[in-house]
Amino acid sequence: MRRRLALALLVACAVAPAAAAQSGQVAHGKELFGRYCLSCHGANGAGIQPPGTGKGYGPSLQGVGALAADFYLRTGYMPLRRVPEQPRRSRLLLSPGDIDALVAYVASLASGPAVPDPHPEQGSLAEGQKLFTDHCSGCHQVVAAGGYLTGAVAPSLDRATARQVAEAVRIGPYVMPRFTEKDLSPHQVDSLVRYIEYAKHPDDRGGWAIGRVGPVPEGLVTWFLGASTLVGVCIVIGKRLSRG
Amino acid sequence: MGKARDFLISGLVLLLGRRRRRVRRGERERVVVPEAPRNEGAELLAVFLLLASAACAVAFIVVYAVDSLPGHTQLLGLSLGLAFCFLAAALIVTGQRLVPNEELEDKYPEREHEAEQELVVQVIEESGLTRRRLLLGALAASGGAIGLALLTPLASFGPALRVSRFYRTPWSRGRRLVDEHGKPYRASDIEQDNFYTAFPEGADKEDFASPLLLVRLPTDRLQLPPENAGYDVDGIVAFSKICTHAGCAITLYRAPLFQPNEPPPALVCPCHYSTFDPSRGGTVTFGPAGRKLPMLPLEVDRVGFLLARGNFDEPVGPSWWGVRLKEPTT
Repeated sequence: MRRRLALALLVACAVAPAAAAQSGQVAHGKELFGRYCLSCHGANGAGIQPPGTGKGYGPSLQGVGALAADFYLRTGYMPLRRVPEQPRRSRLLLSPGDIDALVAYVASLASGPAVPDPHPEQGSLAEGQKLFTDHCSGCHQVVAAGGYLTGAVAPSLDRATARQVAEAVRIGPYVMPRFTEKDLSPHQVDSLVRYIEYAKHPDDRGGWAIGRVGPVPEGLVTWFLGASTLVGVCIVIGKRLSRG
Repeated sequence: MGKARDFLISGLVLLLGRRRRRVRRGERERVVVPEAPRNEGAELLAVFLLLASAACAVAFIVVYAVDSLPGHTQLLGLSLGLAFCFLAAALIVTGQRLVPNEELEDKYPEREHEAEQELVVQVIEESGLTRRRLLLGALAASGGAIGLALLTPLASFGPALRVSRFYRTPWSRGRRLVDEHGKPYRASDIEQDNFYTAFPEGADKEDFASPLLLVRLPTDRLQLPPENAGYDVDGIVAFSKICTHAGCAITLYRAPLFQPNEPPPALVCPCHYSTFDPSRGGTVTFGPAGRKLPMLPLEVDRVGFLLARGNFDEPVGPSWWGVRLKEPTT
């Protein structure tokens, strides 16, 4: 009995400060939210439908969970510079501690998905490439270099961390499709991330990669080399004729 | 048609007339100088090379016609490349060893030896006259074959008459939609903001009209035109995956996260950015595509599997001259 009491006391001592710290973090997050996010996402993150309050409008954040907040804040997608604009990767305006607080606050609004924890080393590179060509390369290109579709830009994934990729797959930021766990299991996401990590530094079996800028510049280089060679051959032939 | 025939006949007559004028009987007998020593080896070599070039060009046409060969592209390149190589070699041999090279050392004389000048003209005309015809024949064969080979790819611009197969699709009422592994799709598998590729159950996946795009839209956002009314199942709409512009596979789907400040849902072709609006029955909203994406009417069976409720409302694939003449058939 005494031992059990001691144990309970010990647990209480360990948990209480943690819980207090957490609620403190949420309070700090709420303050930051009021300062930076409220004008578009509304009180308690309920969202503001257009035309909005005059300062902007934005979707509800209730239920998006820590996952979405972590993604948008750590990529610099949020805060948005102007409202009807595609979020782009940009300089982080908040300190990591502030971001933690905001993530905790958004997660506390309603129950939502937690931040994923991908393990690319457990994925398969071959499966990742297949999944990437099936689901992602239409917009992001097969080496994850990014691309275009009408009205939006598919960003290059060269700066996306494993966690950000795992988050983006579930969110579908901007006009990207969204993939649930039924569409892509966590293990498949591991494989995808492994392929994306590989695609940051692919081995160029073809030789000279010239920055992997695509077939048109590669063709131009070929033309340049080929044309120079032809001119050289012409000069050699011309010399022989004039001598003879 | 009649005009073309007139052109052909007049061209033939001109050609024959010219030839007859050139080879006059009388001139043959008035040969003034003995023929230059014949370089038979070089002559034969040149003729052989020219014929080899013609053979390679013919081989190009044959390879082009026979699609099923392994390494088709490489063989095409090889045959055309060899045709040009042989032609070049033949011209080199002809230029180096067969065409008489004479250098004029003195000035042209005054025009006082009219008769001699005529003689020289005749000498030049007669030198190599006999072998010239053989060589010219071989050269014409080579040039003609290469010309034909270069014109062969015109056949790829499209069929002229046999287009009935373009209207045929593997879709018909009651055919189930399956994924790439052959597993049938349930209506509940199709989630909003994602897109799926489906095929007809038991049909050839490689068939042009087989692949489908499946997306689910919120039913209140669906604004199908009257002719496509009822094509959806609970917001699930199906379109041909083949772009109506150049026949690429449509692989881009715009699925906005927050409608008010993002572009609306769209199917985008990665080749030339033709953009189709799935909520309006696949109408073109941007890009070079000339007509809407073919839409397939859907229904769902008692178990919940997705079925086709008929055929596409438009012929599948890039447009051709008769695209609006008929409806797709099974």
